[in-house]
Amino acid sequence: MIPRHQKLLFGILLLASLIMSVTLWQLRERAHKRLIAGQDSAPTRAPEVAPAEQATLLVANDSDSSMRTQIHSLPLPADPGSRARAVLGKLLDLYAAPDAAHPVPGGGSSVLQVFLLPVPEIAAGAAAAVKPKSTEFRANQTGAAPREQPQTGPQLAVVNLTGSFAASHPSGIEAETLTVLSICGTLHANQPRITQVRFLVDGQTRATLAGHADLTRIYLAGDAVPTEGMQP
Amino acid sequence: MGENTEEYTSGDKAPTDSIGFVAETLLPVGRRASLFIAYFAALAVYGQLVGAQPPPPAPQARFVVVLDAAHGGDDAGGSLSNGQFEKTFTLALSVRLRSLLAARGIQVVTTRESDAAVEPDRRAEIANHAQAQACLSLHATESGLGVHLFATSLSATQPTRFAAWKTAQAAWVTRSLALEGVLNSALQHAGMNVTLGRTSLPVVDSMSCPAVAVEIAPEMGPDKKAAAGLDDPDYQARVADALAAALVEWHSEAHQP
Repeated sequence: MIPRHQKLLFGILLLASLIMSVTLWQLRERAHKRLIAGQDSAPTRAPEVAPAEQATLLVANDSDSSMRTQIHSLPLPADPGSRARAVLGKLLDLYAAPDAAHPVPGGGSSVLQVFLLPVPEIAAGAAAAVKPKSTEFRANQTGAAPREQPQTGPQLAVVNLTGSFAASHPSGIEAETLTVLSICGTLHANQPRITQVRFLVDGQTRATLAGHADLTRIYLAGDAVPTEGMQP
Repeated sequence: MGENTEEYTSGDKAPTDSIGFVAETLLPVGRRASLFIAYFAALAVYGQLVGAQPPPPAPQARFVVVLDAAHGGDDAGGSLSNGQFEKTFTLALSVRLRSLLAARGIQVVTTRESDAAVEPDRRAEIANHAQAQACLSLHATESGLGVHLFATSLSATQPTRFAAWKTAQAAWVTRSLALEGVLNSALQHAGMNVTLGRTSLPVVDSMSCPAVAVEIAPEMGPDKKAAAGLDDPDYQARVADALAAALVEWHSEAHQP
């Protein structure tokens, strides 16, 4: 025989659990509606895409040790450093293509950053004292002249490459020299204010690219640009 | 007169350019004639000994060639198609070339004789201490075709007493380009495709001698494709023979009057 007060207690508890279940269900529905309302990520504004511009690339060719000028149309950001990185990314994408004339794995993501710094006068003089001459590689032109930009002073471009790019680069004097010179020439052709180029790998100074080409020195970018065929 | 005669005929104190005048004024005719004869005889003998005789041959300058087999030890260099490493190929080429040059009487200094790691600065030190007339840095690659010859990309400067270590080659640019030309002629004469270039190699840039980096790639055939790989013994022999012939030519040019 169950005492009466126990029956009464059981009924109250049962009623309380029912009320709590209903309340919990209502709260859940309310939270679900609030969550769905917050996750509304439908685009309300079209993304801004930089207008396509013409970029001049100096593309190396292993078969005849030449560098050819090519014009490519690609979206370029307004910031000079990002612009230089985008152009070099396109150049390295060409080298990573399966049918590349100068095959180098890695692609555009191999350029981590490009920093542009003003060239101090003392550094400019010192660099001129050890001015490297351009290679004797033949140059052919297949495009137009680079854009004119306002001259407000020479710049040093510090190109930071990935370690995987250097590790996978084909070893050889010619292959490494062509890569270095095509990067220098491409930077100068698109931003003539860039007169000097220095290379880092994963943010550190590295002795050579893949065992041969010296990466500790500052390269004069203008010397890498073939002079013939660059007139408009 | 007699005292004067004895004084001047002894010839100890009389200046030689005034002997004729002194003899004319102080000596009698007979003795004057004999003095002239003795004087001219002495001049003739002196001329035989000093003037008329051809100069003795100058001691021939020492001709030394430095062969730098690139890489070695932990630094294997590039991987070649047959599984060989660049360090092995360059060492074999260095040994072969050293034998060819030694057979032609040319002194050779090598930067390494085994699979040992040699720092770039040490290689340049060896070359600079040898005071060589030609320094070849030997390399190999699978990229491109033919033989690639590279001189330094430094601008030519005047030689100075103290040269900066990293740009010591700048004073030798003209001679290095001349050596590159001789190598180019010999290799082309041997029927090889040659590419000339300028580059920045730490080892070469620190050398104070006519220096050229020689990079051997697979041989180019008539169809502009690889005709012989780097593992072809005949191709290796022809490259070594052409390089040796070029250095012999460089040796003969260096000793031309």
